[in-house]
Amino acid sequence: MPASHRSKLDRWVQRGFWIFSALPTLLALLILAALWIKSQPILLSHPLKTLLFGSAWKPQKGEFGFLPFISGTIWVTVVALVIAVPICILTALYLSEYTSARTQRLIKPLLDLLAAIPSVVYGVWGVLIIVPWVQNSLAPLLGRWGSILPILTTTNPTGYSVLAGGIVLAVMIAPFIVSIAYEVLQTIPFGLRQASLALGATRWQTIKYAVIPKASTGIFASIVLGCSRALGETMAVLMVVGNVPQIPRSIFDAAYPLPALIANNYGEMMSIPLYDAALMTASLLLLGMVLVLNIFSILALRHVLREKT
Amino acid sequence: MSEIIPHLETQNLNAYYGSTQALEDVSIVIPRNQITMIIGPSGCGKTTLLKCLNRFIELEENARIEGKVLLDGENIYSPSVDVTEVRKKSGLLAQRPYPLPMSIFDNVAYGIRIHRLHSRGQLHQAVQHYLQVAGLWEEVKDRLHAPASQLSIGQQQRLCLARGLAVEPEIILGDEPTSALDPISAQHIEKRLIELKQRYTIVLVSHILRQARRLADYVIFMYMGRVVEAGPAHQVFNNPQHERTRAYLSGEF
Repeated sequence: MPASHRSKLDRWVQRGFWIFSALPTLLALLILAALWIKSQPILLSHPLKTLLFGSAWKPQKGEFGFLPFISGTIWVTVVALVIAVPICILTALYLSEYTSARTQRLIKPLLDLLAAIPSVVYGVWGVLIIVPWVQNSLAPLLGRWGSILPILTTTNPTGYSVLAGGIVLAVMIAPFIVSIAYEVLQTIPFGLRQASLALGATRWQTIKYAVIPKASTGIFASIVLGCSRALGETMAVLMVVGNVPQIPRSIFDAAYPLPALIANNYGEMMSIPLYDAALMTASLLLLGMVLVLNIFSILALRHVLREKT
Repeated sequence: MSEIIPHLETQNLNAYYGSTQALEDVSIVIPRNQITMIIGPSGCGKTTLLKCLNRFIELEENARIEGKVLLDGENIYSPSVDVTEVRKKSGLLAQRPYPLPMSIFDNVAYGIRIHRLHSRGQLHQAVQHYLQVAGLWEEVKDRLHAPASQLSIGQQQRLCLARGLAVEPEIILGDEPTSALDPISAQHIEKRLIELKQRYTIVLVSHILRQARRLADYVIFMYMGRVVEAGPAHQVFNNPQHERTRAYLSGEF
Protein backbone atom coordinates (compact mmCIF):
# COMPACT_ATOMS: atom_id res chain seq x y z
CA MET A 1 0.00 0.00 0.00
CA PRO A 2 1.50 3.39 -0.92
CA ALA A 3 2.18 5.74 1.91
CA SER A 4 -0.70 8.11 2.36
CA HIS A 5 -0.26 11.83 2.28
CA ARG A 6 -0.87 11.92 6.03
CA SER A 7 1.89 9.53 6.96
CA LYS A 8 4.33 11.24 4.58
CA LEU A 9 3.60 14.55 6.21
CA ASP A 10 4.02 12.94 9.61
CA ARG A 11 7.47 11.69 8.64
CA TRP A 12 8.56 15.10 7.42
CA VAL A 13 7.30 16.84 10.52
CA GLN A 14 9.20 14.32 12.61
CA ARG A 15 12.41 15.07 10.72
CA GLY A 16 11.81 18.78 11.09
CA PHE A 17 11.46 18.49 14.84
CA TRP A 18 14.57 16.36 15.01
CA ILE A 19 16.59 19.10 13.35
CA PHE A 20 15.20 21.76 15.67
CA SER A 21 16.03 19.75 18.74
CA ALA A 22 19.48 18.89 17.46
CA LEU A 23 20.36 22.54 16.84
CA PRO A 24 21.04 23.61 20.45
CA THR A 25 23.29 20.60 21.01
CA LEU A 26 25.11 21.36 17.81
CA LEU A 27 25.47 24.99 18.82
CA ALA A 28 27.04 24.03 22.15
CA LEU A 29 29.51 21.77 20.36
CA LEU A 30 30.32 24.50 17.85
CA ILE A 31 31.02 27.00 20.62
CA LEU A 32 33.27 24.51 22.33
CA ALA A 33 35.12 23.83 19.05
CA ALA A 34 35.45 27.54 18.24
CA LEU A 35 36.86 28.31 21.68
CA TRP A 36 39.28 25.44 21.33
CA ILE A 37 40.52 26.58 17.93
CA LYS A 38 40.75 30.23 18.95
CA SER A 39 42.76 29.36 22.07
CA GLN A 40 45.28 27.37 20.08
CA PRO A 41 47.84 30.21 19.63
CA ILE A 42 48.30 30.56 23.37
CA LEU A 43 47.94 26.87 24.20
CA LEU A 44 50.66 26.07 21.70
CA SER A 45 53.09 28.81 22.71
CA HIS A 46 52.75 28.52 26.51
CA PRO A 47 53.04 25.37 28.60
CA LEU A 48 49.71 24.47 30.20
CA LYS A 49 51.30 24.52 33.63
CA THR A 50 52.27 28.18 33.49
CA LEU A 51 48.88 29.07 32.07
CA LEU A 52 46.92 27.32 34.83
CA PHE A 53 49.24 27.88 37.78
CA GLY A 54 51.13 31.01 36.80
CA SER A 55 50.09 34.10 38.71
CA ALA A 56 51.74 36.72 36.52
CA TRP A 57 49.26 38.52 34.29
CA LYS A 58 51.29 40.80 32.07
CA PRO A 59 49.77 40.65 28.60
CA GLN A 60 52.14 43.30 27.26
CA LYS A 61 55.08 41.09 28.13
CA GLY A 62 53.33 37.99 26.87
CA GLU A 63 52.84 36.50 30.36
CA PHE A 64 49.44 34.92 30.83
CA GLY A 65 48.95 33.25 34.19
CA PHE A 66 45.31 32.43 34.85
CA LEU A 67 45.68 31.51 38.49
CA PRO A 68 44.46 34.88 39.85
CA PHE A 69 41.28 34.55 37.81
CA ILE A 70 40.73 30.88 38.56
CA SER A 71 41.25 31.46 42.26
CA GLY A 72 39.08 34.60 42.14
CA THR A 73 36.27 32.54 40.63
CA ILE A 74 36.66 29.83 43.25
CA TRP A 75 36.85 32.31 46.14
CA VAL A 76 33.71 34.17 45.18
CA THR A 77 31.82 30.95 44.49
CA VAL A 78 32.86 29.32 47.76
CA VAL A 79 31.91 32.41 49.79
CA ALA A 80 28.54 32.51 48.02
CA LEU A 81 27.92 28.84 48.75
CA VAL A 82 28.95 29.13 52.40
CA ILE A 83 26.39 31.91 52.82
CA ALA A 84 23.63 30.48 50.64
CA VAL A 85 23.64 26.73 51.24
CA PRO A 86 22.68 26.51 54.93
CA ILE A 87 19.97 29.15 54.57
CA CYS A 88 18.61 27.64 51.36
CA ILE A 89 18.47 24.07 52.64
CA LEU A 90 16.73 25.17 55.82
CA THR A 91 14.29 27.25 53.76
CA ALA A 92 13.51 24.31 51.50
CA LEU A 93 13.03 22.04 54.53
CA TYR A 94 10.79 24.57 56.21
CA LEU A 95 8.69 25.07 53.10
CA SER A 96 8.34 21.41 52.36
CA GLU A 97 8.01 19.98 55.85
CA TYR A 98 6.51 22.61 58.12
CA THR A 99 4.24 24.91 56.16
CA SER A 100 0.75 24.20 54.90
CA ALA A 101 0.10 23.63 51.24
CA ARG A 102 -1.53 27.04 51.09
CA THR A 103 1.58 28.83 52.36
CA GLN A 104 3.69 26.83 49.94
CA ARG A 105 1.54 27.95 47.04
CA LEU A 106 2.05 31.52 48.20
CA ILE A 107 5.78 31.56 48.92
CA LYS A 108 7.05 29.37 46.09
CA PRO A 109 6.16 31.83 43.27
CA LEU A 110 7.74 34.67 45.23
CA LEU A 111 10.99 32.74 45.48
CA ASP A 112 10.84 31.93 41.79
CA LEU A 113 10.38 35.62 41.13
CA LEU A 114 13.77 36.29 42.70
CA ALA A 115 15.31 34.21 39.93
CA ALA A 116 13.76 36.48 37.33
CA ILE A 117 15.40 39.70 38.53
CA PRO A 118 17.99 40.81 35.91
CA SER A 119 21.51 40.32 37.12
CA VAL A 120 22.48 43.95 36.55
CA VAL A 121 19.82 44.95 39.07
CA TYR A 122 21.52 42.75 41.63
CA GLY A 123 24.75 44.44 40.64
CA VAL A 124 23.36 47.90 41.28
CA TRP A 125 21.97 46.73 44.61
CA GLY A 126 25.40 45.35 45.42
CA VAL A 127 27.17 48.62 44.60
CA LEU A 128 24.66 50.76 46.47
CA ILE A 129 24.07 48.60 49.54
CA ILE A 130 26.41 45.66 49.93
CA VAL A 131 29.73 47.31 49.05
CA PRO A 132 29.26 50.18 51.57
CA TRP A 133 27.99 47.71 54.15
CA VAL A 134 31.06 45.56 53.74
CA GLN A 135 33.29 48.62 53.84
CA ASN A 136 31.72 50.38 56.80
CA SER A 137 30.34 47.60 58.97
CA LEU A 138 31.56 44.10 58.16
CA ALA A 139 35.22 44.92 57.55
CA PRO A 140 35.71 46.81 60.83
CA LEU A 141 33.70 44.18 62.71
CA LEU A 142 35.29 41.01 61.35
CA GLY A 143 38.71 42.54 60.62
CA ARG A 144 39.50 42.44 64.31
CA TRP A 145 39.94 38.67 64.07
CA GLY A 146 42.26 39.07 61.10
CA SER A 147 45.32 38.30 63.20
CA ILE A 148 43.83 34.93 64.21
CA LEU A 149 42.01 34.05 61.00
CA PRO A 150 44.01 35.29 57.98
CA ILE A 151 40.98 35.09 55.70
CA LEU A 152 39.50 38.03 57.64
CA THR A 153 42.48 40.34 57.21
CA THR A 154 41.50 43.79 55.97
CA THR A 155 44.07 45.45 53.75
CA ASN A 156 41.63 46.60 51.12
CA PRO A 157 40.10 49.94 52.15
CA THR A 158 37.23 49.72 49.66
CA GLY A 159 34.24 47.44 50.04
CA TYR A 160 34.75 46.00 46.55
CA SER A 161 35.75 42.52 47.58
CA VAL A 162 35.31 38.77 47.45
CA LEU A 163 32.80 39.10 50.29
CA ALA A 164 30.65 41.66 48.46
CA GLY A 165 30.67 39.45 45.36
CA GLY A 166 29.87 36.39 47.47
CA ILE A 167 26.93 38.05 49.20
CA VAL A 168 25.41 39.27 45.95
CA LEU A 169 25.96 35.88 44.35
CA ALA A 170 24.47 34.09 47.34
CA VAL A 171 21.24 36.02 46.95
CA MET A 172 21.23 35.32 43.23
CA ILE A 173 21.70 31.56 43.43
CA ALA A 174 19.40 31.12 46.44
CA PRO A 175 16.16 30.75 44.45
CA PHE A 176 17.69 27.96 42.38
CA ILE A 177 18.96 25.98 45.32
CA VAL A 178 15.73 26.41 47.29
CA SER A 179 13.60 25.55 44.30
CA ILE A 180 15.43 22.35 43.39
CA ALA A 181 15.90 21.20 46.98
CA TYR A 182 12.19 21.79 47.57
CA GLU A 183 11.20 19.80 44.51
CA VAL A 184 13.46 16.96 45.61
CA LEU A 185 11.86 16.95 49.07
CA GLN A 186 8.43 16.86 47.49
CA THR A 187 9.29 13.63 45.66
CA ILE A 188 9.66 11.82 48.97
CA PRO A 189 6.54 9.80 49.67
CA PHE A 190 4.32 11.00 52.48
CA GLY A 191 4.13 7.42 53.71
CA LEU A 192 7.79 7.52 54.67
CA ARG A 193 7.21 10.49 56.93
CA GLN A 194 4.14 8.80 58.37
CA ALA A 195 6.14 5.66 59.06
CA SER A 196 8.47 7.65 61.26
CA LEU A 197 5.78 9.80 62.88
CA ALA A 198 3.72 6.69 63.66
CA LEU A 199 6.55 5.49 65.87
CA GLY A 200 6.24 8.61 67.96
CA ALA A 201 9.13 10.46 66.34
CA THR A 202 8.96 14.23 66.36
CA ARG A 203 8.84 16.19 63.13
CA TRP A 204 12.51 17.09 63.42
CA GLN A 205 13.55 13.48 64.09
CA THR A 206 11.53 12.47 61.05
CA ILE A 207 13.27 15.07 58.92
CA LYS A 208 16.69 14.16 60.23
CA TYR A 209 16.48 10.38 60.02
CA ALA A 210 13.94 9.70 57.29
CA VAL A 211 13.59 12.68 54.96
CA ILE A 212 17.12 14.06 54.68
CA PRO A 213 18.89 10.72 54.15
CA LYS A 214 16.37 9.89 51.43
CA ALA A 215 16.82 13.31 49.79
CA SER A 216 20.55 13.77 50.30
CA THR A 217 21.64 13.06 46.72
CA GLY A 218 19.05 15.44 45.35
CA ILE A 219 19.94 18.15 47.84
CA PHE A 220 23.55 17.71 46.85
CA ALA A 221 22.56 18.11 43.20
CA SER A 222 20.74 21.34 44.00
CA ILE A 223 23.90 22.71 45.61
CA VAL A 224 26.04 21.72 42.65
CA LEU A 225 23.59 23.37 40.29
CA GLY A 226 23.67 26.54 42.36
CA CYS A 227 27.44 26.33 42.28
CA SER A 228 27.56 26.10 38.51
CA ARG A 229 25.30 29.13 38.24
CA ALA A 230 27.59 31.02 40.61
CA LEU A 231 30.64 30.17 38.51
CA GLY A 232 29.20 31.65 35.36
CA GLU A 233 27.48 34.71 36.82
CA THR A 234 29.15 37.75 35.32
CA MET A 235 27.49 41.11 35.53
CA ALA A 236 26.55 41.46 39.18
CA VAL A 237 29.82 40.01 40.41
CA LEU A 238 31.93 42.14 38.14
CA MET A 239 30.27 45.25 39.50
CA VAL A 240 31.16 44.60 43.13
CA VAL A 241 34.23 42.39 43.25
CA GLY A 242 36.95 44.96 42.53
CA ASN A 243 38.53 43.38 39.47
CA VAL A 244 42.17 43.33 40.56
CA PRO A 245 44.18 40.48 39.01
CA GLN A 246 45.64 39.08 42.22
CA ILE A 247 45.24 35.91 44.20
CA PRO A 248 42.91 36.87 47.09
CA ARG A 249 44.15 36.03 50.57
CA SER A 250 41.18 37.32 52.53
CA ILE A 251 37.45 37.71 51.94
CA PHE A 252 38.01 41.48 52.06
CA ASP A 253 40.51 41.40 49.18
CA ALA A 254 39.46 42.33 45.70
CA ALA A 255 39.32 39.53 43.18
CA TYR A 256 38.95 39.11 39.45
CA PRO A 257 36.84 36.12 38.44
CA LEU A 258 37.07 34.62 34.95
CA PRO A 259 33.70 35.87 33.65
CA ALA A 260 34.61 39.43 34.69
CA LEU A 261 37.95 39.16 32.91
CA ILE A 262 36.26 38.14 29.69
CA ALA A 263 33.44 40.67 29.89
CA ASN A 264 35.69 43.59 30.81
CA ASN A 265 38.36 43.06 28.21
CA TYR A 266 36.90 41.43 25.17
CA GLY A 267 36.91 43.89 22.34
CA GLU A 268 39.50 46.09 23.96
CA MET A 269 43.27 45.96 23.92
CA MET A 270 43.06 43.56 21.02
CA SER A 271 46.26 45.00 19.60
CA ILE A 272 48.23 43.10 22.22
CA PRO A 273 49.40 39.86 20.66
CA LEU A 274 47.77 36.71 22.01
CA TYR A 275 45.36 38.69 24.19
CA ASP A 276 42.44 37.51 22.12
CA ALA A 277 43.57 33.91 22.45
CA ALA A 278 44.05 34.37 26.20
CA LEU A 279 40.46 35.48 26.66
CA MET A 280 39.30 32.50 24.61
CA THR A 281 41.28 30.25 26.87
CA ALA A 282 39.60 31.89 29.87
CA SER A 283 36.22 31.15 28.29
CA LEU A 284 37.26 27.59 27.63
CA LEU A 285 38.33 27.16 31.27
CA LEU A 286 35.06 28.59 32.52
CA LEU A 287 32.97 26.48 30.19
CA GLY A 288 34.93 23.41 31.25
CA MET A 289 34.33 24.08 34.95
CA VAL A 290 30.60 24.67 34.48
CA LEU A 291 30.24 21.68 32.20
CA VAL A 292 31.86 19.32 34.69
CA LEU A 293 29.63 20.56 37.51
CA ASN A 294 26.47 20.31 35.43
CA ILE A 295 27.22 16.78 34.34
CA PHE A 296 27.84 15.97 37.98
CA SER A 297 24.50 17.35 39.11
CA ILE A 298 22.55 15.79 36.26
CA LEU A 299 23.97 12.39 37.16
CA ALA A 300 23.08 12.92 40.81
CA LEU A 301 19.52 14.03 40.03
CA ARG A 302 19.06 11.09 37.69
CA HIS A 303 20.16 8.82 40.50
CA VAL A 304 17.50 10.35 42.77
CA LEU A 305 14.73 9.96 40.23
CA ARG A 306 15.63 6.36 39.57
CA GLU A 307 15.62 5.54 43.25
CA LYS A 308 12.20 7.07 43.59
CA THR A 309 10.57 4.64 41.16
CA MET B 1 -22.27 -12.17 76.40
CA SER B 2 -19.63 -10.82 78.77
CA GLU B 3 -19.16 -7.08 79.20
CA ILE B 4 -16.67 -5.49 76.79
CA ILE B 5 -13.56 -3.97 78.36
CA PRO B 6 -12.92 -0.92 76.19
CA HIS B 7 -9.34 -0.02 75.42
CA LEU B 8 -10.11 2.70 72.94
CA GLU B 9 -13.34 4.58 72.69
CA THR B 10 -14.66 7.37 70.52
CA GLN B 11 -17.41 9.70 71.64
CA ASN B 12 -19.48 11.69 69.15
CA LEU B 13 -16.57 11.91 66.76
CA ASN B 14 -17.03 14.13 63.71
CA ALA B 15 -14.32 14.61 61.11
CA TYR B 16 -14.24 17.05 58.22
CA TYR B 17 -11.97 17.57 55.24
CA GLY B 18 -12.59 21.20 54.38
CA SER B 19 -16.36 21.39 54.15
CA THR B 20 -16.97 17.68 53.50
CA GLN B 21 -17.87 15.63 56.51
CA ALA B 22 -16.04 12.32 56.58
CA LEU B 23 -17.20 11.00 59.95
CA GLU B 24 -20.56 11.70 61.48
CA ASP B 25 -21.22 11.20 65.17
CA VAL B 26 -19.09 8.09 65.56
CA SER B 27 -19.26 6.53 69.02
CA ILE B 28 -17.61 3.15 69.26
CA VAL B 29 -15.69 1.03 71.72
CA ILE B 30 -12.69 -1.04 70.79
CA PRO B 31 -12.27 -4.02 73.10
CA ARG B 32 -8.94 -4.86 74.69
CA ASN B 33 -6.85 -7.75 73.38
CA GLN B 34 -9.12 -8.51 70.48
CA ILE B 35 -8.96 -7.93 66.76
CA THR B 36 -11.43 -5.24 65.81
CA MET B 37 -12.10 -4.87 62.12
CA ILE B 38 -13.59 -1.80 60.54
CA ILE B 39 -15.38 -2.78 57.34
CA GLY B 40 -17.47 -1.00 54.77
CA PRO B 41 -17.43 0.14 51.15
CA SER B 42 -14.78 2.53 49.80
CA GLY B 43 -15.17 6.08 50.97
CA CYS B 44 -17.22 5.13 54.03
CA GLY B 45 -14.72 6.69 56.43
CA LYS B 46 -12.90 3.57 57.67
CA THR B 47 -9.44 4.97 57.10
CA THR B 48 -10.41 8.38 58.47
CA LEU B 49 -11.64 6.70 61.65
CA LEU B 50 -8.35 4.80 61.94
CA LYS B 51 -6.40 8.03 61.43
CA CYS B 52 -8.33 9.61 64.29
CA LEU B 53 -7.09 6.90 66.64
CA ASN B 54 -3.41 7.94 66.46
CA ARG B 55 -3.95 11.59 65.60
CA PHE B 56 -2.74 11.07 62.05
CA ILE B 57 -5.80 13.01 60.97
CA GLU B 58 -3.90 16.12 62.03
CA LEU B 59 -1.38 15.56 59.25
CA GLU B 60 -4.06 15.96 56.59
CA GLU B 61 -4.45 19.30 54.95
CA ASN B 62 -7.68 21.04 56.04
CA ALA B 63 -8.80 18.24 58.34
CA ARG B 64 -10.67 19.07 61.50
CA ILE B 65 -12.31 16.91 64.13
CA GLU B 66 -14.81 17.27 66.93
CA GLY B 67 -15.51 14.87 69.74
CA LYS B 68 -13.31 12.66 71.85
CA VAL B 69 -11.06 9.67 71.42
CA LEU B 70 -10.36 8.02 74.74
CA LEU B 71 -7.37 5.77 75.28
CA ASP B 72 -7.76 4.07 78.65
CA GLY B 73 -10.25 6.79 79.47
CA GLU B 74 -7.97 9.70 78.60
CA ASN B 75 -8.81 11.98 75.67
CA ILE B 76 -5.86 11.82 73.27
CA TYR B 77 -6.88 15.16 71.76
CA SER B 78 -6.74 17.09 75.01
CA PRO B 79 -4.20 19.93 74.78
CA SER B 80 -2.05 18.56 77.60
CA VAL B 81 -1.37 15.31 75.75
CA ASP B 82 1.93 14.92 73.88
CA VAL B 83 1.19 13.68 70.38
CA THR B 84 4.39 11.63 70.20
CA GLU B 85 3.31 9.74 73.32
CA VAL B 86 -0.05 8.95 71.73
CA ARG B 87 1.60 7.66 68.58
CA LYS B 88 4.13 5.67 70.53
CA LYS B 89 1.27 3.75 72.13
CA SER B 90 -0.03 2.57 68.78
CA GLY B 91 2.00 0.80 66.12
CA LEU B 92 0.86 1.47 62.58
CA LEU B 93 0.88 -0.89 59.62
CA ALA B 94 0.23 1.10 56.46
CA GLN B 95 -1.22 -0.19 53.19
CA ARG B 96 2.23 -0.62 51.82
CA PRO B 97 5.45 -0.81 53.78
CA TYR B 98 7.76 2.18 53.96
CA PRO B 99 11.12 1.05 55.31
CA LEU B 100 13.18 3.96 56.60
CA PRO B 101 16.31 4.71 54.54
CA MET B 102 18.61 2.72 56.83
CA SER B 103 19.59 -0.87 57.57
CA ILE B 104 17.22 -3.64 58.67
CA PHE B 105 18.67 -3.47 62.16
CA ASP B 106 18.41 0.31 62.38
CA ASN B 107 14.79 0.24 61.21
CA VAL B 108 13.81 -1.84 64.23
CA ALA B 109 16.20 0.04 66.51
CA TYR B 110 14.83 3.42 65.33
CA GLY B 111 11.92 3.66 67.75
CA ILE B 112 13.93 2.16 70.58
CA ARG B 113 16.59 4.79 70.08
CA ILE B 114 14.33 7.81 69.78
CA HIS B 115 12.43 6.81 72.92
CA ARG B 116 15.56 5.52 74.72
CA LEU B 117 13.76 2.32 75.68
CA HIS B 118 16.79 0.08 76.04
CA SER B 119 20.41 0.61 76.93
CA ARG B 120 22.96 0.13 74.19
CA GLY B 121 23.85 -3.32 75.44
CA GLN B 122 20.30 -4.58 75.30
CA LEU B 123 19.60 -3.06 71.92
CA HIS B 124 20.72 -6.02 69.87
CA GLN B 125 18.71 -8.39 71.97
CA ALA B 126 15.61 -6.25 71.68
CA VAL B 127 15.92 -5.95 67.89
CA GLN B 128 16.31 -9.72 67.63
CA HIS B 129 13.28 -10.25 69.84
CA TYR B 130 10.96 -8.06 67.78
CA LEU B 131 12.20 -9.48 64.49
CA GLN B 132 11.39 -12.91 65.90
CA VAL B 133 7.92 -11.83 66.98
CA ALA B 134 7.30 -10.47 63.50
CA GLY B 135 8.53 -13.76 62.02
CA LEU B 136 11.39 -12.21 60.08
CA TRP B 137 14.45 -13.09 62.15
CA GLU B 138 15.39 -16.33 60.39
CA GLU B 139 15.30 -14.62 56.99
CA VAL B 140 17.42 -11.61 57.89
CA LYS B 141 19.71 -12.64 60.74
CA ASP B 142 22.73 -12.87 58.43
CA ARG B 143 22.22 -9.49 56.80
CA LEU B 144 21.00 -7.24 59.57
CA HIS B 145 23.09 -4.36 58.32
CA ALA B 146 21.94 -4.51 54.72
CA PRO B 147 19.62 -1.70 53.57
CA ALA B 148 16.00 -2.47 54.39
CA SER B 149 15.00 -1.55 50.85
CA GLN B 150 16.60 -4.81 49.65
CA LEU B 151 13.90 -6.91 51.30
CA SER B 152 10.88 -8.17 49.40
CA ILE B 153 7.69 -6.22 49.95
CA GLY B 154 6.24 -8.97 52.16
CA GLN B 155 9.39 -8.98 54.27
CA GLN B 156 9.29 -5.20 54.43
CA GLN B 157 5.77 -5.32 55.85
CA ARG B 158 6.92 -7.72 58.57
CA LEU B 159 9.87 -5.41 59.20
CA CYS B 160 7.40 -2.56 59.67
CA LEU B 161 5.52 -4.75 62.12
CA ALA B 162 8.72 -5.42 64.08
CA ARG B 163 9.58 -1.73 63.95
CA GLY B 164 6.16 -0.81 65.28
CA LEU B 165 6.28 -3.40 68.07
CA ALA B 166 9.71 -2.21 69.15
CA VAL B 167 8.33 1.01 70.63
CA GLU B 168 6.24 -1.20 72.96
CA PRO B 169 2.81 -0.02 71.91
CA GLU B 170 -0.47 -1.21 73.41
CA ILE B 171 -2.39 -1.03 70.17
CA ILE B 172 -1.66 -2.09 66.60
CA LEU B 173 -3.45 -0.16 63.89
CA GLY B 174 -3.54 -1.61 60.40
CA ASP B 175 -4.81 0.17 57.31
CA GLU B 176 -5.43 -2.72 54.93
CA PRO B 177 -1.99 -4.01 55.85
CA THR B 178 -2.10 -6.96 53.47
CA SER B 179 -3.59 -5.27 50.43
CA ALA B 180 -0.25 -4.73 48.66
CA LEU B 181 1.09 -8.18 49.50
CA ASP B 182 1.06 -11.52 47.71
CA PRO B 183 -1.17 -14.22 49.26
CA ILE B 184 1.67 -16.00 51.08
CA SER B 185 3.01 -12.79 52.63
CA ALA B 186 -0.53 -11.76 53.53
CA GLN B 187 -0.99 -15.07 55.32
CA HIS B 188 2.25 -14.47 57.24
CA ILE B 189 0.96 -11.13 58.47
CA GLU B 190 -2.46 -12.53 59.40
CA LYS B 191 -0.84 -15.33 61.37
CA ARG B 192 1.30 -12.83 63.30
CA LEU B 193 -1.69 -10.66 64.07
CA ILE B 194 -3.64 -13.59 65.54
CA GLU B 195 -0.67 -14.43 67.78
CA LEU B 196 -0.26 -10.81 68.77
CA LYS B 197 -3.78 -10.25 70.04
CA GLN B 198 -2.78 -11.99 73.27
CA ARG B 199 -0.75 -8.94 74.12
CA TYR B 200 -2.11 -6.12 71.99
CA THR B 201 -5.36 -4.55 71.00
CA ILE B 202 -5.56 -4.70 67.23
CA VAL B 203 -7.65 -2.47 64.97
CA LEU B 204 -7.69 -3.25 61.26
CA VAL B 205 -9.34 -1.59 58.33
CA SER B 206 -10.24 -4.02 55.60
CA HIS B 207 -12.42 -4.22 52.56
CA ILE B 208 -11.86 -7.93 52.18
CA LEU B 209 -14.84 -9.61 53.81
CA ARG B 210 -13.25 -13.03 53.88
CA GLN B 211 -10.30 -11.61 55.74
CA ALA B 212 -12.63 -9.98 58.22
CA ARG B 213 -14.40 -13.31 58.79
CA ARG B 214 -11.05 -15.02 59.34
CA LEU B 215 -9.58 -12.51 61.76
CA ALA B 216 -12.22 -10.40 63.44
CA ASP B 217 -13.39 -10.78 67.02
CA TYR B 218 -15.29 -7.53 66.92
CA VAL B 219 -16.66 -5.78 63.85
CA ILE B 220 -17.57 -2.19 63.07
CA PHE B 221 -19.54 -1.71 59.87
CA MET B 222 -19.50 1.79 58.44
CA TYR B 223 -21.43 3.41 55.65
CA MET B 224 -21.23 7.04 54.43
CA GLY B 225 -19.28 8.25 57.46
CA ARG B 226 -21.60 6.66 60.01
CA VAL B 227 -21.32 3.51 62.07
CA VAL B 228 -24.22 1.34 61.02
CA GLU B 229 -23.55 -1.62 63.23
CA ALA B 230 -20.89 -2.70 65.71
CA GLY B 231 -20.63 -5.86 67.77
CA PRO B 232 -18.91 -9.20 68.27
CA ALA B 233 -17.96 -10.76 64.95
CA HIS B 234 -20.19 -13.82 65.17
CA GLN B 235 -23.17 -11.63 65.88
CA VAL B 236 -22.57 -9.15 63.07
CA PHE B 237 -21.70 -11.80 60.52
CA ASN B 238 -24.36 -14.36 61.41
CA ASN B 239 -27.17 -12.24 62.65
CA PRO B 240 -26.85 -8.66 61.41
CA GLN B 241 -29.39 -6.31 62.90
CA HIS B 242 -29.51 -3.77 60.10
CA GLU B 243 -30.74 -4.15 56.58
CA ARG B 244 -27.68 -2.34 55.18
CA THR B 245 -25.24 -4.61 56.98
CA ARG B 246 -27.09 -7.63 55.63
CA ALA B 247 -26.95 -6.18 52.11
CA TYR B 248 -23.20 -5.45 52.39
CA LEU B 249 -22.39 -8.89 53.78
CA SER B 250 -24.26 -10.60 51.01
CA GLY B 251 -22.26 -8.61 48.46
CA GLU B 252 -24.97 -6.29 47.23
CA PHE B 253 -22.62 -3.26 47.22
